[in-house]
Amino acid sequence: MNRFAALFATLDGTTKTSAKVAALADYLRSAPGEDRVWAIALLSGKRPRRSVRSTELRAWAAEKAQVPLWLFEESYAMVGDLAETIALILPAGKAVDPPALASAMRELAALSGMDDDHRKAAILDAWDRLGPMERLVFNKLITGGFRVGVSRGLVTRALAEATGMDEGTLAHRLMGDWTPAATSFDHLIGDGDSRADTRPYPFALASGLEKTPEILGAPSLWTAEWKWDGIRGQLIHRDGLLALWSRGEELITDRFPEFAMLADFLPSGTALDGEVVVWDHEADLPMAFSALQRRIGRKSVTRRILAEAPARFIAYDLLETGGKDIRTAPLMERRARLQSLVAGLSPTLPLGISPALPFSNWEELDHLRRSARQFRAEGVMLKQVQSPYHNGRKRGEWWKWKLDPWSVDAVMIYAQAGHGRRANLFTDFTFALRDGESLVPFAKAYSGLTDAEFAEITRWVQKNTLERFGPVRRVTPELVFEIGFEGIQESPRHKSGIALRFPRMIRWRKDKPLSEIDTMENLRQLLARAQA
Amino acid sequence: MSQDPVLTFTDRGIFCPDGGFHIDPWRPVDHALITHGHSDHARWGHRRYLATHQALPVIRHRLGQIDASGIAFGESLRIGGVTVSFHPAGHVPGSAQIRVERRGEVWVVSGDYKIENDGLAEAFTPVRCHCFISECTFGLPVFRWQPQDSVMRGIVDWWQGNAASGRTSVIGAYSFGKAQRILSGLGGIGPILTHGAVEDTTEILRQQGYPLPTTIRVTPGIDLAANRGALVIAPPSAIGAAWMRRFGEVDAAMASGWMAIRGLKRRRGLGTGFVVSDHADWGGLVSAIRETGAERVFVTHGYTVPFRRWLSEQGYDAGIVSTEFGEDMAEAAE
Repeated sequence: MNRFAALFATLDGTTKTSAKVAALADYLRSAPGEDRVWAIALLSGKRPRRSVRSTELRAWAAEKAQVPLWLFEESYAMVGDLAETIALILPAGKAVDPPALASAMRELAALSGMDDDHRKAAILDAWDRLGPMERLVFNKLITGGFRVGVSRGLVTRALAEATGMDEGTLAHRLMGDWTPAATSFDHLIGDGDSRADTRPYPFALASGLEKTPEILGAPSLWTAEWKWDGIRGQLIHRDGLLALWSRGEELITDRFPEFAMLADFLPSGTALDGEVVVWDHEADLPMAFSALQRRIGRKSVTRRILAEAPARFIAYDLLETGGKDIRTAPLMERRARLQSLVAGLSPTLPLGISPALPFSNWEELDHLRRSARQFRAEGVMLKQVQSPYHNGRKRGEWWKWKLDPWSVDAVMIYAQAGHGRRANLFTDFTFALRDGESLVPFAKAYSGLTDAEFAEITRWVQKNTLERFGPVRRVTPELVFEIGFEGIQESPRHKSGIALRFPRMIRWRKDKPLSEIDTMENLRQLLARAQA
Repeated sequence: MSQDPVLTFTDRGIFCPDGGFHIDPWRPVDHALITHGHSDHARWGHRRYLATHQALPVIRHRLGQIDASGIAFGESLRIGGVTVSFHPAGHVPGSAQIRVERRGEVWVVSGDYKIENDGLAEAFTPVRCHCFISECTFGLPVFRWQPQDSVMRGIVDWWQGNAASGRTSVIGAYSFGKAQRILSGLGGIGPILTHGAVEDTTEILRQQGYPLPTTIRVTPGIDLAANRGALVIAPPSAIGAAWMRRFGEVDAAMASGWMAIRGLKRRRGLGTGFVVSDHADWGGLVSAIRETGAERVFVTHGYTVPFRRWLSEQGYDAGIVSTEFGEDMAEAAE
């Protein structure tokens, strides 16, 4: 725990990537093997199961610190991080005999089955044995989420440095749902049986294209396809085992039972990259994202849901065929092999190919992009015909060129402080549109502005608060923002009757007074257009 | 016999009807009693000023030609129907709490204060009173300062580490108070360079006789090669600004109570932050208020809403004094 907390402090105490990699590599060379496995898991985003609820932690910490719970909550709202709030508020302990990382994790896991008194005693005892930094890290082990500016890519790079192994090989070996408690360090980085299991490949990611594609050079070097509005996934078949992995490396095979039959049709040793969508067989197009939402987060899939919201996998890349990793082959070659693979399958299977869009110049493609909504897509993808399938994001060869968002001008009516690096800055806002004489809240947004703008708004909010509800401030309706969003649908759960997808602030309209904001009627017209 | 309270709260600031003066007012008034020289307390435009002898030189430097008188710590002065006196607040050199007495009823305005003796500012002394008007910049229980010695050791270690790897250490600290506290607390382990704004104030305090080490003002012609591995003290606004580029490879840090919160440190893009505050932490506020013996407490500047509620729950008759500044959000000022 001490060593891991020291690593955490070093990572947290520098903004330099090279220093982070060096500290990580040092830890991965010298820490005990089981601690290394846990460090890799935690820092690359694997969350252990929670064995203590956060409400319990708050209550115990407040009690130990002898402050009323409401004051603890006020403090938490200011700090913006539960683990840190607890570490700051607890009185100093004995700080002797702290457990090592892996044994701390074992102790925590063992708490799951215990009664409340035992769990409380164990946590209080642990707090007492830990120093301030160790406490912060320990609390993070419980509450999950290690955001210290370390990505999985950085961990992989440090691991490559520490072991002398190839980074790409390691990136692949770290994929999938291995559990740190049951994995040894040697097994994790060793060859193991990675081909026999259904481990996915690191997803290749595209960057957003902010300018027009003229900067990309000759159109003939590029291939375009729709940017589908579904869930990115890898569909993998190896030795009779079929697996569907989400981009978050969650195994979601069971949520989509209609894909199970593909195990009988796809040859063993096949890995496809594509999009899971809900298919409208009549229109021969995906349904809106809301249909897919009925399938996500649902453990049992009923017959009715299967009939009303049938899933389909739209493949756009082939990563492995005949058990052979072909990610370094040029895109055109991978696409050709994908075509011939899928062409041999029955068209009744829930599997299709994302078609290449024909265009001979950028203007034509822009024209297609603008029609994306008709095809239930959110824009186009541009991929360099020679590009390999990258590990993660590599700028320059894959781009997403999205539709211009819908937008309305709205007024801010509530503000709330953010978390983490936005703690103490008002960044989470609720916006309203005019409906006759009243203002109707219709969207929340917290992104799209610069830090300087958030700071300016924070000062404004302090002087223009009308009412406080805990951390939320009702403010004078005065600041106008252009709110952009990707989709719009009816929703009985929202006060406005309308739900937006990905609402965000496009810009602060300092030039617009309250009297010029849009109305609910404007929004309803957009909804009608979206439904048409 | 007057029915007014000893002190009232107006849109110009705290006002004493029987004495006809304001305390730290933010709009121009006839007679202003000033707790200390920070710009949100010592404003421009009043007709007459009264502050401690120790506070006046910095106030004069910042405000230029003003009609100001000085008063010694502990000296009593009759103004109208009240008696006033100034008592050390421990915040910065010359800073005071202001005691106002009317026929045995005592009110104290804390100004900004800290409990720990920093070795430079006149050490905080509790003043018994019936009503205490306290700042609460850090009025949440997550704020708990480490002793100054251990923080200064941390700064020295960081500085020496940087010097060993050929980097210049730049530390952001308010140019009046915090900067000199760090100067005097570090001990001379190497050259210390100062930004012009810091050096101006340092020079004034040095002439007043405060014990401050030798420093080198950063000027365009400065020989940086001769000062490799130095520590540079600059105002927070200079951290990350173009001004810093002249030092080549640097490691920048901030010295502020807000550095206790990781999110705020990250927001400044800083890896390193030293938790050094010239305000009382939670425990300091609580003990200071207890030691005044006051039953009535007004809180101002900081986390006023939760702090007032907590005081009420402890049995105090507690209220809030609003200032024209926003309440309870960090980084307004320290």
